[in-house]
Amino acid sequence: MFEDYIFPGLIILLQSVALLVALLVFTAFILYADRKVWAAVMSRRGPNVVGPFGLLQSFADLLKFVIKEPIIPSGSNKGIFLLAPLISSALALAGWAVIPVSEGWAIASINVGILFVFAVSSLEVYGVIMAGWASNSKYPFLGALRSAAQMVSYEVSIGFVIVTVLLCVGSLNMTDIVLSQKDGLGTHLGLTNSLLDWHWLGLFPMFVIFFISALAETNRPPFDLVEAESELVAGHMIEYSSTPYLLFMLGEYIAILLMCALTVILFLGGWLPPLDIAPFNWIPGVFWFIFKLCMVFFMFAMVKTIVPRYRYDQLMRLGWKVFLPISLFMVIATAAFLKFTGLA
Amino acid sequence: MLLTGLGAAFFYLFAFVAIASAVMVISARNPVHSVLYLILTFFNAAALFILTGAEFLGMILLVVYIGAVAVLFLFVVMMLDVDFASMKRGALDYAPIGAMVGIVLASELLIVLGAQFIGVGQPGSVASPTPDPLTRTNTAALGDIIYTDYIFFFQIAGMVLLVAMIGAIVLTLRPTRPGVKRQNMGKQVARKVEDSIDVVDVETGKGL
Repeated sequence: MFEDYIFPGLIILLQSVALLVALLVFTAFILYADRKVWAAVMSRRGPNVVGPFGLLQSFADLLKFVIKEPIIPSGSNKGIFLLAPLISSALALAGWAVIPVSEGWAIASINVGILFVFAVSSLEVYGVIMAGWASNSKYPFLGALRSAAQMVSYEVSIGFVIVTVLLCVGSLNMTDIVLSQKDGLGTHLGLTNSLLDWHWLGLFPMFVIFFISALAETNRPPFDLVEAESELVAGHMIEYSSTPYLLFMLGEYIAILLMCALTVILFLGGWLPPLDIAPFNWIPGVFWFIFKLCMVFFMFAMVKTIVPRYRYDQLMRLGWKVFLPISLFMVIATAAFLKFTGLA
Repeated sequence: MLLTGLGAAFFYLFAFVAIASAVMVISARNPVHSVLYLILTFFNAAALFILTGAEFLGMILLVVYIGAVAVLFLFVVMMLDVDFASMKRGALDYAPIGAMVGIVLASELLIVLGAQFIGVGQPGSVASPTPDPLTRTNTAALGDIIYTDYIFFFQIAGMVLLVAMIGAIVLTLRPTRPGVKRQNMGKQVARKVEDSIDVVDVETGKGL
């Protein structure tokens, strides 16, 4: 009993807690980085008061949110109103269970890892819909309707992008997806293992589509019509205050990090070093993973600052009339290429 | 295969929650709550799939049913303005029909389950033996069968879905009314300065 269940159970529990703590602290600094990048592009200073260079700003915000009073509107559906932020943050955190940060460093290295993350990201829409409906107010409901249509639309193209990558890998396990990027275009040309082997080069159009779809899937600008402040105030989050609001923000940023991690694993070689030669492969894989994660997040942050918001019909047009046909064609083209060159 | 130990405990947990939330689907007063309970039922069914080793089916249930179909359910139920209380008043009249459908479904399930005991050694059940999960993953094994033995059924299912999709599009397609202004992206992008601006020399005091 003890050796079969309790001891492994305890280890998994400890691993989960370690990952959660690391992730939450990382999220706090990512939030700070997002605000700093945004400020730098606008020639502002950004948060610079709490702690050195304002580094502790996120923790001050956390304290502020936690000690404020949560206000629940009297017309709201109380149970669902409070359940929505919990669902949104818990789901985002759950997705991280299968992400391998380095070789063998995943809490659950399951066979269908990529499907699990895809499922979790498609369930995240429930947090938004439930919040929008339970608030019993106009703007949250409009925000919820928008987000439901938007997230379902962009999941389709994300699904096809994932299928193309899986065609090249031949496995749904996250670790296998990264390891398959050890050899690729670069090694076929006779070069040493390098960043040219990763999928971003061979599947470049899919990389671009995935990046843009990830922005839309996580309601990041320029696709943040769900919470477009100029028309919907804050969308589904209007009626929320204090800790429930904090949970929404947390869920949103962790979902964004999850999408960044997925980009790194699918296209940027996960924990593999950019050049498999002396100084680079001494550095542990975790460092490379986090480095790439930060780079992708920097791209997310830059898009937020420099691209104006899409109109809703443009958003739908892009999803259904541009991305879907291209990704569908690429699935067929990739499958045909692999079949006829005998690489599969 | 009998579940023992922790597996059994989880099975009873998921099965109990699935049945309890299925009961709540039909007994909840608020239709939105009903749909949310339906989602919980789906979720537990997915967990049961994963528990029996059918991880691919479980994940697809999550992605397709909960991630897409149930979202549209929720969408429609939230938008509907139907007095569900009055609709429910006569619901008990349908109990005999419901019971009949239930009995038919239950007996069919029994027949399917019984087949593996009755038909042991029959050609049908040994034609595609279940591979060892250690050597072949569930997803790959499913792909092996769908794309070889059952390829025609698979394609027919695809055709049925395609027809349904085209049908749905045709149903919502309205003839374009005259005078409706629509954006044409191609036209907008192709527009040049020479096409849209005329530079004219106007003499003072004359006008155009």
